Amino acid sequence: MAAQPETIEQVRAVTEQKYKYGFTTDIESDVAPKGLNEDIVRFISAKKNEPEWLLEWRLKAFRVWQTMEEPQWAAVSFPPIDYQDAHYYAAPKMKAGPKSLDEVDPELLKTYAKLGIPLREQEILAGVEGSEGKSPAIAVDAVFDSVSVATTFKAKLEEMGIIFCAISEAVQKHPDLVKKYLGSVVPYTDNFYATLNCAVFTDGSFVYIPKGVRCPMELSTYFRINQANTGQFERTLIIADAGSYVSYLEGCTAPKRDENQLHAAVVELVAHDDATIKYSTVQNWYPGNEEGVGGIYNFVTKRGACRGKNSKISWTQVETGSAITWKYPSCILQGDNSVGEFYSVAITNNFQQADTGTKMIHIGKNTRSTIVSKGISAGKAQQTYRGLVKILPKAEGARNHTQCDSLLIGDQCGAHTVPYIESRNRSARIEHEATTAKISEDQLFYCRQRGISEEDAVSLIVNGFCKEVLKELPMEFAVEAQKLVGISLEGSVG
Amino acid sequence: MIEIKNLHAKVDGKDILKGVDLTIRPGEVHAIMGPNGAGKSTLSYVLAGRDGYEVTKGSVTYYGKDLLALEPEERAAAGVFLAFQYPVEIPGVANTTFLKTALNAIRKHRGEKELDAMQFLKLLREKTKALGMSDEMLKRAVNVGFSGGEKKRNETLQMAVLEPKFAVLDETDSGLDIDALKIVAEGVNALRSPERSMLVITHYQRLLDYIVPDHVHVLAAGRIVKSGGKELALELEKNGYRDFGVNEAA
Amino acid sequence: MATMTTTYSTRGADPATAPAFLAPLDHLRSGLPGAALSWVRDLREQGRERFAAVGLPTVRNESWRYTNLRDLGKLTFQPAVTADSDACFDVLPTVRPEGHGPRLVFVDGRFRAELSSTEGLPAGVELLSLATALTDHGDLVGDHIGRLAAADDRPLVALNSAYLADGPVLRIPRGVALAQPIELVFVSVGAEGRATSFHPRTLIVAEAGSRAVVVEHHVGCGTGTTLANHVAEIFVGEGATLHHYKAQREGGAAFHLSHTAATVAKDGCYDNFILTLGGRLSRNEVVSTLAGTDARTHVSGGYMVRGNQHADTTTLIDHAQPNGTSREVYKGVIDDTARAVFQGKIIVRPQAQKTDGHQLNRALLLSDTAEIDAKPELEIHADDVKCSHGCTAGELDDNALFYLRARGIDQETARGLLIGAFLAEAMEEIAEEPIREAFHSLVAGWLEEKR
Repeated sequence: MAAQPETIEQVRAVTEQKYKYGFTTDIESDVAPKGLNEDIVRFISAKKNEPEWLLEWRLKAFRVWQTMEEPQWAAVSFPPIDYQDAHYYAAPKMKAGPKSLDEVDPELLKTYAKLGIPLREQEILAGVEGSEGKSPAIAVDAVFDSVSVATTFKAKLEEMGIIFCAISEAVQKHPDLVKKYLGSVVPYTDNFYATLNCAVFTDGSFVYIPKGVRCPMELSTYFRINQANTGQFERTLIIADAGSYVSYLEGCTAPKRDENQLHAAVVELVAHDDATIKYSTVQNWYPGNEEGVGGIYNFVTKRGACRGKNSKISWTQVETGSAITWKYPSCILQGDNSVGEFYSVAITNNFQQADTGTKMIHIGKNTRSTIVSKGISAGKAQQTYRGLVKILPKAEGARNHTQCDSLLIGDQCGAHTVPYIESRNRSARIEHEATTAKISEDQLFYCRQRGISEEDAVSLIVNGFCKEVLKELPMEFAVEAQKLVGISLEGSVG
Repeated sequence: MIEIKNLHAKVDGKDILKGVDLTIRPGEVHAIMGPNGAGKSTLSYVLAGRDGYEVTKGSVTYYGKDLLALEPEERAAAGVFLAFQYPVEIPGVANTTFLKTALNAIRKHRGEKELDAMQFLKLLREKTKALGMSDEMLKRAVNVGFSGGEKKRNETLQMAVLEPKFAVLDETDSGLDIDALKIVAEGVNALRSPERSMLVITHYQRLLDYIVPDHVHVLAAGRIVKSGGKELALELEKNGYRDFGVNEAA
Repeated sequence: MATMTTTYSTRGADPATAPAFLAPLDHLRSGLPGAALSWVRDLREQGRERFAAVGLPTVRNESWRYTNLRDLGKLTFQPAVTADSDACFDVLPTVRPEGHGPRLVFVDGRFRAELSSTEGLPAGVELLSLATALTDHGDLVGDHIGRLAAADDRPLVALNSAYLADGPVLRIPRGVALAQPIELVFVSVGAEGRATSFHPRTLIVAEAGSRAVVVEHHVGCGTGTTLANHVAEIFVGEGATLHHYKAQREGGAAFHLSHTAATVAKDGCYDNFILTLGGRLSRNEVVSTLAGTDARTHVSGGYMVRGNQHADTTTLIDHAQPNGTSREVYKGVIDDTARAVFQGKIIVRPQAQKTDGHQLNRALLLSDTAEIDAKPELEIHADDVKCSHGCTAGELDDNALFYLRARGIDQETARGLLIGAFLAEAMEEIAEEPIREAFHSLVAGWLEEKR
């Protein structure tokens, strides 16, 4: 559903808050010693009590990683990362596998309350019943540094055969599923950051939707980096079996810190025949301050395989955070008639850099893909859309439409568009369009003549510019995303 | 009361207004007529405070305040409304959202309580109905895909909702057929009140058949060269602008 | 922070390929024209050193990811030394139906005076071969050669500089408008049984307020393998207009590599159009830099390939100053197992406010094994700009085809009509009518051969 309500009031309400998620939680943590070697990989695996095959897989990845080089092709620049100067495991100290929220450290619960993430089912239910008496709209898996601390509505979902839990738990309880699908979309040799993730991933979410089941609520993971000097390497795996449907949301925040922190996640999606996965992200990692100090390096590999016929994977992302974003949620359209979608809003301000886009690989017949990318660059930020549309010879009747628009605010930022279009099937039809412009003076003046301040006018116009993408977000996220648009551009005009 | 004194203005380094004098009292409707290039639109943009329209001399006093010292949004909040000759399209921003944002910004500025969604919708429905506009037009993005007539009706709706003290109507008749013109004029006439002043800018007399002014001024080459009652408009219609040293084929 | 890449990195270089290309130089150097001039010696030496360090670009070089020169590296080329070819040219290509006019003819890269003519040129216009210029007018070319085509950035430019010897030189003095087009004819002949290379260098200086039309014809005769490695440096002065057209229809054993670098001063206009029909492997690089305010450039073309041809079009429009306008329209038709590449980039530098840049590339795939790879790029560092690109790939419209056939037009004629119509949008970019007509008939000929 489209959500265009009350934008400006919300923007104003939060506009003074700047980065409101920048606090740290004072909690005792279990932290692995700094450094990266085979022992650390074994340490993580042992902490998670993993089976031998998984440790072996991690070690294989680690050995490959040691031979790899960091990718240089993205239009981002940062000082070399010392991979030995970070902790690869940090977990809040708590009883192993808390049975209920009562066993979770109250400091943690407070953190999530402060972030506005609902973890107490009864409270959510009460709230929902109060309004419309429907079933709950959202189930949450909360990941704090390296571990999942709580997952809500598990029992209710289990009744329908849906598995929604931490991936570390899935390794224990559903090893066959994990073994079958882990690394099947993003292999352990894929790229520098993904391979590093394979070696040292700590936690993340696991979702399995059985045949023919339509998941009745939004599933959501909320990622939080807290510990200093840690990397976060979560791994998400979502499998939608034949004829099923799931909508999944991901949110992220981190405290303000002066040093840069690495976040190298991997997300794998598998959609079987007639299945649909909708994956939405509102990425609001700490972007660094106005001078470009600190912030998260968000180097993420997200990929979905439309394995079955008529399957569909839809990525929607709102990227406002991180000092550097390097991210290309992709679709491999293997099944005939499968559909891939990528809707993206990326906002960079101050010294942020983003190199983001998608890949649509058309393999099956009559596969279709849609790309809508809206980039907004302000301050001294640099932003690049980088995308690949590839049509393989057997993709008879494939279709792609790409629309890629950039908006520049101020004369010191940059917006770049680097699409790659490769077609090897004549019946395929590809259309790509890109535009770059600044906010129109006419629009600004029109708004101001009607009494709207310049900053609110920019926020309003930018929200309009992004609407095609924002309307793809589930209602719960759309409102938050609209607010973020305003906040992220704060100080960019005048 | 609005007092424009010896107003000079430049656009792109070129002198356009060369000493405009005009006083408008509450409740009065003034019409400014003039040939193309006389500076009509420049005057409207200068009053609304558009960037790039540089006032080089003179003053505009608005209810005792220096209007020219205010930002565009401050002028709007003080009750200055410009109905654009070419209303601007803003893709993705719903008409309703736009209007509500504007109204609440102005109310806030005036120290009035902002309207919530329900109150606003109620107000909007009333105003819309009076102008014969559909709900569907309110849901669409601001002016996007609107016909010429719809755009001008939308401007009138905004005026009705924002209730300005001083409205400048810049070539409101351009691009309208006679039926659309009548609807827009009715809308404008309904807003006439003893507290509200209007400045109607037009090239043709036609509009003034429907929005009957109290005073008519002729603007030529950046100055007001003649003022009179509504009969001046008819005279112009007959003789054109030749008497003012302007040759126009129109 | 900002990565302003106008240069191609040396990543993906292959120095191992260099010696074979440079070895013949040792015997040649002292005999090349202009050997007495120190700047010429330096330019050649820098080119040689540079190419020795990097060799041919490989597909790991981002700019060459879609064009593989592996086949080139496997061959041993002998440089064409003298214009010793006795090939007889009955009819040289021309856009002039009535025959003679100013033209320079080069056979295997060497000037052929007896086939050329400078008749009817206004006083002060210089049209001569580089070899002559290096001997007689060292100062004219010395101020310009090597200024635009930097050997540092591009291995093949470096190779061209290493072999710098001949090519066309044209200078149109201030305020002079040429009434008729100047034709530059390049014939690749080569030799039976061995591979022949040549490295022509073109220099065009259109001084302030001048106006000229230049038409290049690239044709082949004979069956020997040839490598034409062209570099052109073009200076468009303040308020000058240069229309630069090129038709490339070399033979099936020809490698055609070309780098054109143009700089346009204030209020100037550079207009480039390339029609690619021939060659086994071709690459046209066009770099147009709007170095003055209010400058304009049009960079357009058509590429039509079939069999196992490979045609690469790589353009860069560099808006360096405010108020520039650029327009780019390319159309491509790809048949059989041919492959076409389009890489087009628009850069808008921070100071280049009020830039208006548009680019369009459309490709038509006619067979199940044809391939198009496109990479249209925008790199924008100024905010008050309007830039866009569009890129499409697809096949002929079935409905249109059916409609024509339902009106009694046979399938092949109908396809030809539709292909012609598809190309028209690009052909319209040719401002000069006689040249547009001449290029139209080349397209018609291509379609005719297909039947």
